[in-house]
Formats: sequence, structure tokens, C-alpha cells
Amino acid sequence: MTSSTAVMLNNISAGFDVTFHGARLTALAARALWWGADTTLVVSDLHLGKSERVARRTGVSLPPYETHDTLDRLETLIAALSPTRVICLGDTFDDDLAASSLTTSDRARLQALMQGRHWIWVEGNHDPAPPALGGDPVAELRLGALAFRHIASPDAVGEISGHYHPKVRLRGQSRPAFLLDKSRLIMPAFGTYTGGLRSTDAALTALMDKRALAILTGARALPCPMPR
Amino acid sequence: MHDLPQQILSWFATRSWSLHPHQKDMLARKDAPATLLIAPTGGGKTMAGFLPTLAELADGSHAGLHTLYVSPLKALAADIKRNLTGPVAEMGLPIRIEDRTGDTPSSRKRRQRADPPHILLTTPESLALMVSYEDAARTFKGLQRVIVDEVHALAESKRGDQLMLALSRLQALCPDLRRVGLSATVDDPAAIANRLARHPDPCPILMADPGPAPNIRMLEVSDAPPWAGGGAAYSIPAVLDQIRQHTTTLIFHNTRAQAEIFFHNLWLANDEGLPIGIHHGSLDRVQRERVEGAMVRGELRAVVCTGSLDLGIDWGDVDLVIQIGAPKNVKRLVQRIGRANHRYNAPSKALLVPANRFEVVECRAALEAARAGDLDGDPLPPGPRDVLCQHILIAACAGPFSADDLYAEVTGAGAYAALSRTAFDVCLEFCATGGYALRAYDQWQRLLQRPDGLWQLRDPRATARIRMNLGTIQDTDTLKVRLRRSRGGKPLGEIEEGFAATLTAGDTFLIAGQIVRYEGLRDMTVEVTRNAAKKPKVATFNGTKFATSTQLSDRILRILNQEHWLGLPDHTADWLALQRQVSHMPRAGRLLVESFPHDGREHICAYGFAGRNAQQTLGLLLTKRMEELGLDPLGFVATDYATLIWGLERVTDPHALFDLDALRDGLEGWLAENAVMKRAFRAAATIAGLIERNTPGQRKSGRQATFSSDILYDTLRKYDPDHLLLDITREEALRGLVDFGRIEEMMFRVGDRIDLVRLSRISPLAAPLLLEVGKIPIKGTGIERLMAQEAEALMQTSGLADLAQ
Repeated sequence: MTSSTAVMLNNISAGFDVTFHGARLTALAARALWWGADTTLVVSDLHLGKSERVARRTGVSLPPYETHDTLDRLETLIAALSPTRVICLGDTFDDDLAASSLTTSDRARLQALMQGRHWIWVEGNHDPAPPALGGDPVAELRLGALAFRHIASPDAVGEISGHYHPKVRLRGQSRPAFLLDKSRLIMPAFGTYTGGLRSTDAALTALMDKRALAILTGARALPCPMPR
Repeated sequence: MHDLPQQILSWFATRSWSLHPHQKDMLARKDAPATLLIAPTGGGKTMAGFLPTLAELADGSHAGLHTLYVSPLKALAADIKRNLTGPVAEMGLPIRIEDRTGDTPSSRKRRQRADPPHILLTTPESLALMVSYEDAARTFKGLQRVIVDEVHALAESKRGDQLMLALSRLQALCPDLRRVGLSATVDDPAAIANRLARHPDPCPILMADPGPAPNIRMLEVSDAPPWAGGGAAYSIPAVLDQIRQHTTTLIFHNTRAQAEIFFHNLWLANDEGLPIGIHHGSLDRVQRERVEGAMVRGELRAVVCTGSLDLGIDWGDVDLVIQIGAPKNVKRLVQRIGRANHRYNAPSKALLVPANRFEVVECRAALEAARAGDLDGDPLPPGPRDVLCQHILIAACAGPFSADDLYAEVTGAGAYAALSRTAFDVCLEFCATGGYALRAYDQWQRLLQRPDGLWQLRDPRATARIRMNLGTIQDTDTLKVRLRRSRGGKPLGEIEEGFAATLTAGDTFLIAGQIVRYEGLRDMTVEVTRNAAKKPKVATFNGTKFATSTQLSDRILRILNQEHWLGLPDHTADWLALQRQVSHMPRAGRLLVESFPHDGREHICAYGFAGRNAQQTLGLLLTKRMEELGLDPLGFVATDYATLIWGLERVTDPHALFDLDALRDGLEGWLAENAVMKRAFRAAATIAGLIERNTPGQRKSGRQATFSSDILYDTLRKYDPDHLLLDITREEALRGLVDFGRIEEMMFRVGDRIDLVRLSRISPLAAPLLLEVGKIPIKGTGIERLMAQEAEALMQTSGLADLAQ
């Protein structure tokens, strides 16, 4: 694994470049992964419809605009990068019902984004069945040396996954972060109200190599050794 | 003489008591629609309020509720019940007296609604609840009089606004209702009278003889007070001396945390075991009542207390009041001093104890103002619309209503007299739909208009939820603290949820005057064990941080600029002299800004003397300006007189920084994003019913409530910036927590007379700010720069940097 200094494409697509199993990838400060050579954008854990699900299940009312905001940011990113392929790495919807109860306008916006691109839905634990929106639903995906799946598997090599919503604390600030070692890359959640799991949690320290790197997201992508 | 019934006259006669002049006046005016009585504590004020009621009830012919008494404190209602029941029994009057507060068992509350007593003693919240029931008309049938006690305290809060709206409702049910307000000394009685009376009824003001001038001094202590903080531990031996010399001493503190710490230190020094108690709002009710009982029986020599004892409870033989910490506000000081010596025509005795060096000056200023009778006060703001929204929901709970009638009722309350119909309709619309951005969501669709034009609840079951969330007191969320082992045993009190969240097993803190060890959280209860440690981690209950009033700040500046400080102790005079020597003294009409390096960071200290809230806002606005100017600020802290800011770059051009237009421009954008604003929003949204703190079957934790209110706030800002609640938030924040008005006033006074003084190190006046708690970090380019540096350093030391080539 090697990586280079941060590159600034423009504000939205600022990121930190890494070479991972032969692929040159940019961990974007905007919590998405950009594979420039393959014009592929990877986003994970959008959790669309979370507030709706929480309200439905617990009666605790979260305000309803997180889907809106997540889609806003996805639109901006797609407009800036024009990917030919988009991989949604699981937990795109908070659950199946959330997928089907997407408002008409949100659904239309999502379909407009999908228009003219190869759109791949990797199954997550929250949304095992593919949503009836078009695109290709898959359990997992291989592209060359890279494997895309929702939950990291302990023995995998060249694997890109999501699920854990990793977060890292630096100078008292907690930020969603990419975690990277020689075998795997775990993506931060892209969704607006997703919580997170500290990189120091046993689930993550067990998965990640001793020499793992964390790339904090936020105003810019900031690499540092992964706190354990 | 007075047409008083025989039973009452003979009761007075057997005690050879005669009526005070203001008690006679109150009897003479008993038929007036509204009367405000201003009398010192201990002047028989309560009796003056109740005498007409006792007279009217003496023949036993009145059925049902006759007089409603409303006080801001549950304890006061209980106290009045005690003090009224005795005489009524001795007079042999056929009068039933009961109280009804949040502490009253629900079985009795139900009974009271069906069969109310002649005199009901209650609080604004309990009254609002009673008004929300369908059978309110029956409960209040025959009501003749309402007595609002401590109306000066209520009039300045949303609780008062809620109360006056409830009174409008009662007035509609009982058109002949007469109102009486009882108030302590205030700066503007006419404003209070205006709030009390039904608009536009006249409200004559009766002034009782204020009694002799109080005897106030600063406590003489041989040790110098510390540079910062509010503990005043240095004064403990001197305070103990005073307790010994007096029968009963009340020791007032500005915050609960300070009261706890002081009480703890007092006990450590209390070798003779003088009976001393503690009383504040975070203590468990049982504990509070025990202290109150002991106090009434004269068993206590002193009580350490906060504002929970501020109001007119009669605590027996109090002959000394000690105020720990600067009183911040002269009116409150005078009212607290009134707690001592309840015998009419005896001077009250009070001692001020400055908690730190700067407060020596503040106390001196307060003392001079109190002696001069120069009370401070701000004009009362118009009635807040979040309280109106809650009132609309309460009205809906009671049954279908017509918007026209409700509007007429609401504008009958003085605070809402100028409310436009449009503003009212916006509130109604909000209650009905949640507002434009939220109208698609069921949970905020609460009212519907029926074909006959009346408004009603969309879902009648909503009454339970609305009633559960009633009230305007914004307590921070608290958790009960209980000793482990005593399952179901006595709770010690409550602590803030935010404070509880910072505790880990083994931490110690102070509560109810003892040090306890945090063991864990169980069923939303903090479990603790007793601990013998001497140094606790301090409990940070919500301490109301009052801002020093404008009038008092002006006096402080005058004292600072005296040529000699003959009235001040040497330690303070020396400190001020050193400031004058190494830097400048802040002056009225100029703004002193000191700049100096300290601890590897650049600092500026701006002495605006605008009060804590405004200085805090100034800190937020200045750091925002500094962001724009590339000065990379990292954080700030504010006191009543100054704001200290630290960052990575040195400030050289104060005029670029203190540009009022730029600050004002920054205000709107900044307001949007800051925590003060979010807190103001949360309070308004909770009162207006947008956020429900309590839902049937579960209590939402403070963290959950904050989470949802922050998200709601961001959502509304983005998608519905003109939403009613954002409007309310802005209005309130500008006045209260943000207090931008005082910044504008200060900048206007200062003009371009800004003195930037570069020092090689921190100045005497600025040093105490470093020790202040409540430092606010700025999450901007400064912290980004430090994060990047730290990430870089970590990469280097870990050896991973080589990999990143």
C-alpha cells in the first residue's frame, strides 16, 4: 500500500490518494471513494429513510429531512465527478419498508441520478432485498483485484466494505473516517444521520492491521495512524 | 371601622394586633377589578391579600372555589397553607384550604377538580393544567378572587406570561373575577400592574411603608479573596463567626453548584457542629421539606441556599442574610436582604461576600446602589409567542374553540395586548400544522378546523401528550441520584444529565452536602455510594448565570476609575493599581483591548463591561471575524466585564475586528450556527410543543431531545427559514442569551475609541479569566490547522509517513 499527498480537485472532490491493490483511489473528504481510472464512485451506508423508520419503530420523532440532505450531497458529488459507474455499498435504505416508502420526489431524484450510469446496489444487512428502482442488485461484486461487499470478511484481500460507520477522534474532534490497511478499506457512512463506531472499538481493531491508516473526512481528508 | 366579621376582629383583638394601613387599604378596595400591593417582606403582605377573602367567606354561604392563590414556588404554596390554616382555624371560620402543585397526589387532584376547596393554593403550571380540562368551567364556578404572590418575579418570566393567559381564560369563565398582585420592591411597578390587570382595566398600585433602610456591609475577612471562581472558601471562618453571633442566618448563592461546595466547606470547618442545612432546587423534595420544617421550628442556625429561597417564604427568625458572590443585580440583592428580620419596622441586616477579587469591586458597587435605592431593570418584553402556542394547545385540550374568541381572550392579557391578529393566526397555524416545512408529517398535524369554524384537536388522545409537556420552565434534564443498596431508598437529589454523562465509575462529586462516589447508571437513576474523600469532582448543576446589569456595570467602571480606592480592601486596591501601572484601566466611553502572548498562544482581552451574555456573544462574533481575517482563533471565555480570546495569530488591527457593521452582518449567519441559538431554539420548540420532552410510557433523554431539536433547527433553517419558531428563537436570543443590544449600546458608546495595548505578558485584570470555567472552543480553521499538524506529527512518529511516499 502506498499513498501520496492530498490532491485538491475542487472543493467537493478534495481527497487523499491511495494505491490499493493496483488501483489508484481517492478517499474524498466528502465521505465517498473515487476510482478515477475506472470513473467509479463508491458510497456506503446512505441509510435513506432513517427518520421515517425510527419514527415508525420507536415513536420518537426525528425530523424528516435527512433523505433530502443525503441526496443533495450525492447529487453535488455526481455532478462534480460524472461517474460512469456508482456502487452503493449496502445499507442504502434503512430497511425495505423505508425503500418502498421513499417519497415520490426523492425517488425521482434518485432515478435521475441513476440515469445513464451503471448503478450497482450491493446488499446490506439493513436492506437485503434489492429495491425496485432499477440498477443491478448484487450480494457482492468483484472488479479486477478489488472485492466490494457490505460487511468486511476477516480473511478477505483487496476488499472494500462499509457497515461499521468508522469514526476517529483527533484533538477532541470526532470525524467519520476511512480505515485502510494492506488488505482492506472500510468506508465511512455517507448518510446524514448515521452514528458511528470509534476506530478503537474491538470490532475494528480486530479487523484492521497494526499499521492501519485512518483518513478523516470533513473540511479536508486528513490521514493519520488509526487510533486503536 | 372595617366591615370585618366578628370572628376576625376578635382574633386580632385577642392578640392585641391592629391592621397595618395597607391591610386596611386592601379591604377598602376589595371590589376593584385589579390591585397591585407593593410591600416589604414581613409587612403582613399575605394577610393583606387574603383578608377580603376571609371576610367574604366568613358566613359560610359560598359554595365552591372562592379564591385562587398562585405563587411561583411550590414551597411557598405549602408555606402559605400552613400560615393561613392556623389563623383560619383559630378564628373558627368555615373555610377549606388546600394546595395543588406538581407534588400533590393525583387522587387528590382529581377530587379537587370535582369538589374544589374555598381557597386553592397553586402554581402557574398546575393552574394551566387545570384550565386544560374539559370540566374547567365547573371547577372554577363561582371563583371570585385570584391572588398572585411574588408577581414581580413571575412578571419577568414566561411562567408569568403563561399565568396571565390562564387568568384570561378564567376571566372568560368567571367575568367578575378580581385580581390582586403582591409584589416586593421593584423599579417599575406600573409595568407589573399592566401585566396583572385584564387589559385595559386600570390597576391601582398600593405602596406599603417600605420600613427602615437595611443595614448592608461587606463582610470583613482577613484573607484576600482568590483571583477567580465563585467558591468563596476563604470566607468560611468569618461566615461561621457570623452564624454564631446570630439566631438564624440565610446564606445565599447565585448557583446551586456554588451552594453545594460552600456547604461542604462550611461543614468541614464546623467543629462545634452548629445545625446548618442546605436548600436548593436540585435537592430531593423530601430533603427540602425536612430543611424547611427544621427552619420553621427554629432548629437551624443557618441555611445555605439559592434562589429557591429567594421568594417570600416566611422562615421565622432570620436575623442575618449573607450573600456569597456579587449579586449581579441590585434589585435581587434588595429583595434577598428583605428576607432578614420579618418583624415589620426592624431594619434588615445583610453582609456581602465577594467570591473573587473582581467581585470586591462589584459588591462595592452593588452596596452603593442598594443604599441609594437605585434599582435596575429592563423593560418587560411583549408576551412570547412560544407560550402563546402552548396556550392554544391547552385551549384545544379543553374543547373546541373559536379563533376569534381565543384571540380576544389572549389580547386581554397585558403582555399580549398589542399582539396583532396576523401574529396570532401564525401561531394558530403552527399549532395546527407545524408550519410549512413540517406540514407533511402527521406528528405535527394537531388541530383541524371543523365545518362550523371551530378548531379542535385532530386526535382527541393528544390531550395526554400535550398535558405531559405543559409548562415553561426549561430545566436542563436531570437524573435522580440514589444511594446504592438502599433500593427504593431516599434519593439525594438530581444532577444534570450532561454532568452524569461525564462521570465514570469511581468519580466523586458533591450532592446534598456530601461527597459520593459514582457507581453506575440504572433505570435512569444515578447510583452512588458514600465516600470519605475530601476533594470531590464538582457537581455542575445548572447554575443560572446572571449577567451584571447595565446600571451596576456603570457603577463598577466609576469605581475602577477613582483616583484612590479608599473604600476597597488593600489586596484589591493593590491589584487595581498594578493594572493601572502595567496596562490601562478600562474606562467608560472607551474600549480597552489588551493583546499578549500566553502559554504559546496569542490572546486578546476586550473589556466591554456589557454583562456575561453580551460578552459571550462578543466572543462568538469576534472569533468569527477573526476566522474571516485569517487569525485562526481557538477559543474564548467571557465574564461580566471582559472576553478573553486565544488563537494562533496576533491581532494588530482592532478596528478591523471591532467593526460594528461587520459584527452585525456576522450576527445573522453566526446566530444560525451557534450552540446558544440552538439552546434558545430547543427551549422555544419545547414550550411551543414542537418537541415533546415527555411521551407516554417513556421519558426522552436530554441527549435524544437535543439531537432531535438540533436536527429540526437545521432542517427549518434550510427549508423554512421564516418558520415561526426560528423567528421566536431569533427574537429571544437577541434579547436574552445573545443580548446583542448591549453590544450595540457598548459599541455606540465607544465609537472609534478603541485602545489596543500590546503587553509582554498577561495583565492583572485579564489573569482571572484564564481560571474561569466555561471556555468555549472554536471549531474553525484554527482547530483544522492543529488537527492537520497533529495528524502529520502522528504520521511521522508512527513511521507510516514513509509508506505514504
